[in-house]
Order: sequence, then structure tokens, then C-alpha cells
Amino acid sequence: MSFFAKRQTTAGSSSATANATAAAANKPWIEKYRPKTMDDISSQEQAVAVLKKTMESQNLPHLLFYGPPGTGKTSTILALARDIYGPEMIGSRVLELNASDERGIQVIREKVKNFARSTVSHNIGTQSCPPYKIIILDEADSMTADAQSALRRTMETYSKLTRFCLICNYVTRIIEPLASRCAKFRFRPLEEKHSRERLEMICRQEEVKISPEAILSLIRVSEGDLRKAIMYLQSASRLIGKDTEIDEDVIADIAGTVPESVIDGLEGCWLSKEYKTIATEVQNVIADGHSASKVLSQLHSRLLKNEHLSPLQKAKVAEIFGDMDKCLCDGADEQLQLLSMMTRVSSIAA
Amino acid sequence: MALWVDKHRPTNLDKLDYHTDLSAHLKKLCASGDFPHMLVFGPPGAGKKTRVVAILRELFGPGAEKIKIDQRIFETPSKRKLELNIVSSNYHLEVNPSDVGNYDRVVIQDLLKEVAQTQQVDASAQKRFKVVVIHEADLLTRDAQAGLRRTMEKYMGNLRIIMCCNTTSKIIGPIQSRCLLVRVGAPTYSEMVKVMHKVVKKEHCGPLPESLAFRLAEESGRNLRRALLMLETAKVQSHPFKEDQEIPRMDWEDFIRTVRVQILKAQTPESLQAVRGQMYELINHCIEPAAILKTLAKELIDRVEGNEIKMRFAQEAAFYEHRLRTGQKAIFHLEAFVAKIMSVYKRHLMSMDM
Ligand SMILES: Nc1ncnc2c1ncn2[C@@H]1O[C@H](COP(=O)(O)OP(=O)(O)OP(=O)(O)O)[C@@H](O)[C@H]1O
Ligand SMILES: Nc1ncnc2c1ncn2[C@@H]1O[C@H](COP(=O)(O)OP(=O)(O)O)[C@@H](O)[C@H]1O
Ligand SMILES: [Mg+2]
Ligand SMILES: [Mg+2]
Repeated sequence: MSFFAKRQTTAGSSSATANATAAAANKPWIEKYRPKTMDDISSQEQAVAVLKKTMESQNLPHLLFYGPPGTGKTSTILALARDIYGPEMIGSRVLELNASDERGIQVIREKVKNFARSTVSHNIGTQSCPPYKIIILDEADSMTADAQSALRRTMETYSKLTRFCLICNYVTRIIEPLASRCAKFRFRPLEEKHSRERLEMICRQEEVKISPEAILSLIRVSEGDLRKAIMYLQSASRLIGKDTEIDEDVIADIAGTVPESVIDGLEGCWLSKEYKTIATEVQNVIADGHSASKVLSQLHSRLLKNEHLSPLQKAKVAEIFGDMDKCLCDGADEQLQLLSMMTRVSSIAA
Repeated sequence: MALWVDKHRPTNLDKLDYHTDLSAHLKKLCASGDFPHMLVFGPPGAGKKTRVVAILRELFGPGAEKIKIDQRIFETPSKRKLELNIVSSNYHLEVNPSDVGNYDRVVIQDLLKEVAQTQQVDASAQKRFKVVVIHEADLLTRDAQAGLRRTMEKYMGNLRIIMCCNTTSKIIGPIQSRCLLVRVGAPTYSEMVKVMHKVVKKEHCGPLPESLAFRLAEESGRNLRRALLMLETAKVQSHPFKEDQEIPRMDWEDFIRTVRVQILKAQTPESLQAVRGQMYELINHCIEPAAILKTLAKELIDRVEGNEIKMRFAQEAAFYEHRLRTGQKAIFHLEAFVAKIMSVYKRHLMSMDM
């Protein structure tokens, strides 16, 4: 533990801090409350525990972090690097390459080569500092397969001096030979109680008034994506102002949840054989700007509870939903797709 | 002489005519010290761009309206040169990624980095950050979207992004999770009628008969831009306005009517051939194939009798529109759609005879 304590005091004395605190007031909460140390990471116990162990052993393997957005992948590697090197050395020991940088094969090789070669300066102070540097490839799933294969060689060539950390949302988009060179860590959507702890902590610090139901709906709509939850929380508090309490309606509004009444209307149409009724309803939903994919997923969660449809009918409807989702992903027109889906379901249900 | 749509575009949040709750919210958001990245979405002509311009004005004051257009040159990794027009003020910058097709990632990254690295020069500026507006963000390639993710976090200190799009369906999850989603729904008919009256009053060319205004609103499909354009044309056609005057339509839409007539008149190979010729003509006039299909489908559905056949047409339209989007050559799919409609319709007519 003394390890972390020391790091924090060095951070405190650095000259940048004064500016940093000034800027902090205007910092978006997602950045302001980004975990600073490994102990700060909530949930993800497994990943954190294993990572801490490996840090102690002074021999870090290559890492692969994967999981849905806003679950702490980027934060964890940054915290880990900070824990290992301390805030002063982190700049010279860590190279971050993300999808926004040019990441063709050539460029990666060149950058990695230069970075790995720049000599590792010797230990500063008493804290012994690991001999390797860390290269973070964030959003690695957007790298082409070719660039990924080329990376294998590079990883091996410089394995004495560098450790790679690949981060992605979909582990299946990382080619197998690359994935198998890394220790894999899965980041799960945050559990309800952890999201709650984190959100309540922020509410206390920022003096936000919020009802317990609103916290719950925040957790629900963000589906384990803590960044989204924090984002919504801050927006809600900005919209409402400091003095009023945030309630569920505000959250639903911000999250762009399609209102239940709209979903009711569409579900009601399933029992209609009138083309006109269905077409008008669909036109209004689209004109009001609701996203067809959100409408579809909310209708889907209604499907199981629907009392008018037999299990067989439900199965058929589910198939139609699948078709529509695929078409939407391919960029098909939302209004036509919604209309087609609704008429197909109505001919099954009505 | 500016078109009415541009001339009477409200320029600040207080003057926006509808969604006043949203305007009030946005105003508070602008007044607070920080400001999130934003994803503004809604159907065409709902007032997204108008609202974004009003937000910029609220954030930065009148200086945000002093815009200039520069031509800029970007270089792709393969050394290809791309030219792009960029609208900017001292405080913000607007890009339309669809102008550069598959090279959008390069352009967006270059621009964002450049903006992020230059501090706000104007010391009196009310905000520490600059804003980059990305229009038609749903046309961004996945590659470009992936490129935005970490950038949006790293440069949060002096850069905010506002993306405008018709639907969030094509925006990847990680980006949605970094933005405040702002839905701008289309105005209702009565809200549209109100705006039309206001414009007519400012142009001193009233009175505008209520029923004409409503028909314009309906015909526009809740697209305010279209409604105002039609209103202006209507004024040119007949002034003073007449209650029962015809609603002006685009040439190509009239042309699609003749296509519809042909399809419903004869369902034969010769007829299909004739329609193919008409389709080529539309495509050659640069009418977007998806718009041709959608408009034609609507015409057809409105004209046939019977719920079942209407529904069937709608389903075929959705099916072939999807094909069109994922396929290569538009004419194939337009023709296939027409052929399918003809065969469905013919069978329908035969079954009615029996
Ligand atoms: N496990 C966590 N513990 C604490 N805070 C978290 C955690 N996960 C996410 N957050 C919060 O969400 C923000 C975003 O997290 P982070 O950047 O690590 O997400 P990510 O997993 O890298 O997402 P993406 O896949 O979209 O890049 C952090 O700044 C932090 O405020
Ligand atoms: N709130 C509003 N009040 C009055 N007129 C508006 C409003 N929003 C939009 N308009 C009018 O509608 C036109 C289209 O709006 P625009 O912002 O370009 O739509 P979008 O970006 O959603 O396609 C504008 O030129 C303006 O004249
Ligand atoms: Mg990340
Ligand atoms: Mg627009």
C-alpha cells in the first residue's frame, strides 16, 4: 500500500497540479472521476486482482483487455501504468496508439521501433522501476487483419523491452495468433451495486440531488456502461440545476428512451388490419425522431409479455425482428423497415 | 436573394419556434461551465442544423456567426490529395464527412488534432474549448467512428464535438456512450402552420389561408424545410394565396407519377421495358435511387385499394430498398422492384376477377 501512497504525494507536489485543479472545475465528470489507481477501479474484481499480482512479480505479460464500452478498460491500463511508473515517468515509458492515429503496418513498426529503442533511463529515486515500456493499442479491433499479423513480429522482436496492451470491444476481431500471445482479461458490464456506489459517490461530491428511483433508472438505461451513466447524470444535473431533485422522467428524457406510450401505440397496431392506421403510426414515430433500432429493442422486450400472441406467433414475430435488425445494420431506410415489420407482424397477429 | 428557408432561420435559442422545453434545457447547458459532446438527431428538416447554430451562438456570442469558407487540402497515407471546403468561425468549424467518402477518417483526425492543439486564441472567449460540428455523422465510416473514440476523451480539455444525423442506428455504441443524445423531432402540423404564418407575415404577402397551410404541412411529411420551400413556390405561382391552389411539387416527383400510372396500367414485359427507360432517366438526373424507390412506393400504395395489397407493396419496398443499399448497381434493384410489384399486382387483379 505504501507504494500507492508515495506515488500520490509525488503527484501532489508536481507543479502541474495548480493548473490541473483550476481546470478540474470545468472537467466533464467522466474524466474527473476516471479512476486514478488500480484500487479505484470498481467491479472487475477478477481482472484487477490478477493484474495486481502480475505487477508485483515484475514480469508483465502482453495484455488483451476486452469488453463493452464504458467498463473501465482504458482506465485500468492507464491506472496500471501510473501505478507502475508513477506520474513523472509515465510519459517516457508509455506509448499510446489509438484508432485515431495512423496505424498502417509501416507506421506501427516505425513508431514501436523508435519508442522501444529510446533507452530506458535508469531508476529515479528509490522505487525500482520495471525495465520494460508499455505500448497501449487502444481500439485494436479497428486494426486490419494485415496490420495485426504484422504486429506479431514486432511484438516478438521487441519483447525484451516492451509489453503490449491491446484493448478492444470485440475479442473476436483480434486475430487468433495475436490473441494467443496475450493474457486475456474480460471486462464485464458493471454490476448494479458497483454502478450505484460510484454514482452515489459522485452525487455526494458534486452535491447533486437525485431520487433513489432516478438512480435506479440511470443504472437500468446505461446497461452496465458506467461512462454512459455518469454522462447522463451530469447532463441531468446541468439541465435541472442545483436546487431541484432529479427524477426518473428527466433520466428517461436524456437517455433517449422511447416513451412507453409510443411503444404502446405500435404494439396496439399489431391487432389492426388497417394499413392506414399502421402507416400513420409509423410515420409519426419516425418524424418524432425516434431511432428505429431503439424502438425495435423496446418492442422486443415487450414481446415476451404480450398476452395476445401464442408462443408460435411469438416465434414468428421474433424472426421478423431479426430480419429488421439485420436490414437496419445494413443501412436500410428506417421508415420502410419499420412499416414492413409492422405489417408483417399484423398479418400474423390480427 | 436568399430563399425564405435561409432568410427566416431563427438564429438564437430564444427565437426557436417549437420544442421550447428543449431550447430551455440547452440554454442551461450552455450557461454551465462545461459542455458535453453532443449527438443531435432527428428527421430531415426538423431543425437540427438551426438548433446547432443557435447553440453555437449561445456558447460564443455573435462571433460564432462570422463564418468563412476555406478550401483545405488533406493528404491520405497513400499520398492522395483531397480537397475539402470547410466552414469555420473563430470558435468553431464544420465538416461534412460524406464529401470525402472513404477517406473521412484522415480528414476528421487531421482536423480534430489541429483544433485540439490550438488553444482558443481569443482571450475574451467565454469558453475554453472550440467546437467541431460534424454534419451527416451517420455517413461516417466505421473506421472514422472508431477513430473518434479516444480522441473524444483525450482532447476533452479544449475540444467539443457536435454530431448531426438522421438516426442513431448507424452510430457505434462507444460513441453514443460519449455523447449527450439530443433528439429533435419534426414539428407537428400545427407548429409548422404557425411558422408558415410567421414567415408570410415577415414577407408581407399574407394572408395565408389556413387550409392551404395545412395541406402544405401534410404534403411535406413534417419536413419544415420542404414546407417552406413549397410555400415560397406557391407564392410565386399565385399571389395572393388561394385556398384551393395546387401544391407545387418537384419535377421528378411528377415524373414518378407517370411511372406509377404505367405500372398500374399494364403489367407486361413491354411495360416493364418502358419503366426501365424512365428509371434510367431519373437516375441520370441524379435523383438518389433510394428516394426514387421510396417515392414510387408511396405513390403506388396510395393508389391501390385493399389493405392486404398495400401491406404487400410496403413489404416489397422495404425488401428492395435494402437490396439497393447493400448492392452495387441501383438500376438492377429498381427494376427488380418494379417487376415484383407488377407480378404481385397482376395476381391480385386476377384473384379479384375470380
Ligand atoms: N470499472 C470502473 N470503475 C470506475 N469507473 C469506471 C469503470 N468503468 C468505467 N468507469 C468510468 O467510465 C469512464 C470511461 O471508462 P473507460 O474509458 O475506462 O472505458 P472503456 O472500457 O475504455 O470504454 P471504450 O470501450 O468505450 O473505450 C471512466 O472515466 C470512469 O469515469
Ligand atoms: N425552430 C424553428 N423555428 C422556425 N423555423 C425553423 C426552426 N427550425 C428550423 N426552421 C426552418 O426550417 C429549415 C430547415 O431546418 P434545418 O435546421 O436546416 O433542418 P435539419 O438540419 O434538421 O435538416 C430552416 O432553414 C428554418 O428556416
Ligand atoms: Mg477506452
Ligand atoms: Mg441539415
